[in-house]
Amino acid sequence: MSHAFHDLSVVQPQWVTFAQSSLLLESGKTFGTLTVQYETYGTLNEDRSNAILLVHAFSGDAHAAGYHDKPGNNPGWWFEMVGPGKAFDTNQFFIISSNCLGGCMGTTGPSSKNSETDKPFGMEFPVITIKDLVNTQRLLVEYLGISKLFAVAGGSMGGMQVLDWAVSHPHMVHKAIVLASTGRLSAQGLAFNAVGRNAIYSDPHWKNGDYYGGVYPRNGLSIARMIGHITYLSDESMALKFGRKLQEREAYGYDFDDRFQVESYLNYQGDKFVERFDANSYIYLSKAMDYFDLASYPGGIEGALGRTTCAFLLLSYSSDWLFPTYQSKELVYPMMKIGKNVSFAELSSPYGHDSFLLEHQRQGILISSFLQAPHREDQE
Amino acid sequence: MNEQNFQSFSYEEIAKFVEPKSRVLDLGCGEGELLELLTKTKGVNGRGVDIEETMIVACISKGLSVFQGNLEEGLKDYPDKSYDFVILNQTLQMIHKPAFLLKEMVRVGKRVVVNFPNFGYLINRIQLGIGGTMPVNKNIPYQWFDTPNIHFCTRRDFFQLCKSLGIRIVDEIAIHKNRKIKLGKDIFASQICLLLEEI
Repeated sequence: MSHAFHDLSVVQPQWVTFAQSSLLLESGKTFGTLTVQYETYGTLNEDRSNAILLVHAFSGDAHAAGYHDKPGNNPGWWFEMVGPGKAFDTNQFFIISSNCLGGCMGTTGPSSKNSETDKPFGMEFPVITIKDLVNTQRLLVEYLGISKLFAVAGGSMGGMQVLDWAVSHPHMVHKAIVLASTGRLSAQGLAFNAVGRNAIYSDPHWKNGDYYGGVYPRNGLSIARMIGHITYLSDESMALKFGRKLQEREAYGYDFDDRFQVESYLNYQGDKFVERFDANSYIYLSKAMDYFDLASYPGGIEGALGRTTCAFLLLSYSSDWLFPTYQSKELVYPMMKIGKNVSFAELSSPYGHDSFLLEHQRQGILISSFLQAPHREDQE
Repeated sequence: MNEQNFQSFSYEEIAKFVEPKSRVLDLGCGEGELLELLTKTKGVNGRGVDIEETMIVACISKGLSVFQGNLEEGLKDYPDKSYDFVILNQTLQMIHKPAFLLKEMVRVGKRVVVNFPNFGYLINRIQLGIGGTMPVNKNIPYQWFDTPNIHFCTRRDFFQLCKSLGIRIVDEIAIHKNRKIKLGKDIFASQICLLLEEI
């Protein structure tokens, strides 16, 4: 077999639908019919032991790698990390990536049609948690005939799901990679999510979530995204990228048409986001992040992590102020205390929370070393 | 015999202090050679700490657990006596506050293994005492103005420090190249390896 180093070419999204009541939600409710959009890269080996599940962050989708439609078009969100010869090497691994429950990129979410009413769910969609997202992925993984994942990997909200995988399904996870994430949002994190939701609620077009077929709450969602985007960057990266430069003018005109570059960038990001993301998904997924709290397990965070048997790699990024390094350490120290196989590094990077989507080379070396290293699982 | 062999000799000597199946924290673990040896030969549950990203990569590649951290910050997040052995191998002389770190180590570890170059070693004495220059040799390969080593001490200095910190010396191996030194350790040993514990 040749181990060529080249990019994945065009990939196809796939769908699978699970029957009513396949999924029991953490709230105790059962879920109706559930469709999951996913992509796979590489080949599943004969003993089905080389599967890696990638878990996307808050606004991500199933399209992690390769191109859509034609080469060069719409590369996946982790294009540089996934492919032949890359950190997640598709010559070696079978990579699975799915859109999360409650999302709006092909997996059932608030914008999907409720079979009971024949209308989009809107706020009739049940409240979901990180655990529910993980259980949805578990349905997919088992549907693909895989009883044990070689690894689960993700950043930010994806990292929360990786943690839940390791804690809730220890027998299914060999290695866990958690990037720029946390075991629980801090008050600051909760606050930013609340502001995002309030921006959407305050848009008159939101109409308590019942806007499908009418005017979308574009302004509310756009402002939510702008706030989010600020938290994904850093003071340093914004200074480097924009400084105090004006967008269209050389000098101040002393009127409100003076726009700084950063202003124009945020407007652009907000507008772009509105085209691809659903406001109700924003509400549901941000709430799912809020609820996530590993310390709520019996025995607290140590009790939760004590259930795990996998090897862990945690990475944080020096300029990430949304999920700061101390939050990764709050996971690593208890893991070390209870004797888990865990490695941790803080990458010095100027890109803020977004670093895990940008620091391909350095995190790539750490990740591929971690994937290749031997690990004997804890005896339970 | 080359330097590599001398190093592996001193690692094997350090390994003799460490009990099988124990919990080991290796501070300044570098590429993880010592931890790997202890894992393979003693079956320890080992963990390394290093500040350099390249060292973290090297350790992860060996399948070792490793934590990127700065020893100057101490071990504040490590509970008392949470490791059977805390090791500081060839790192003491690079630390800004070695006394603070030693206290932290005996707090966190039931026992502590420290390995450091003896500045009182004969050749050093000759280079400084007779030659009148700071020693530069196989043991201390850096010029004074360009060295990571900021806190050299002699064997006797270190013993005095331990006494003042309330640290007991449980065992000692004095080494030069691949030989153990029995007599005149202060002068003839270039490496001192000690097993310590809190009194």
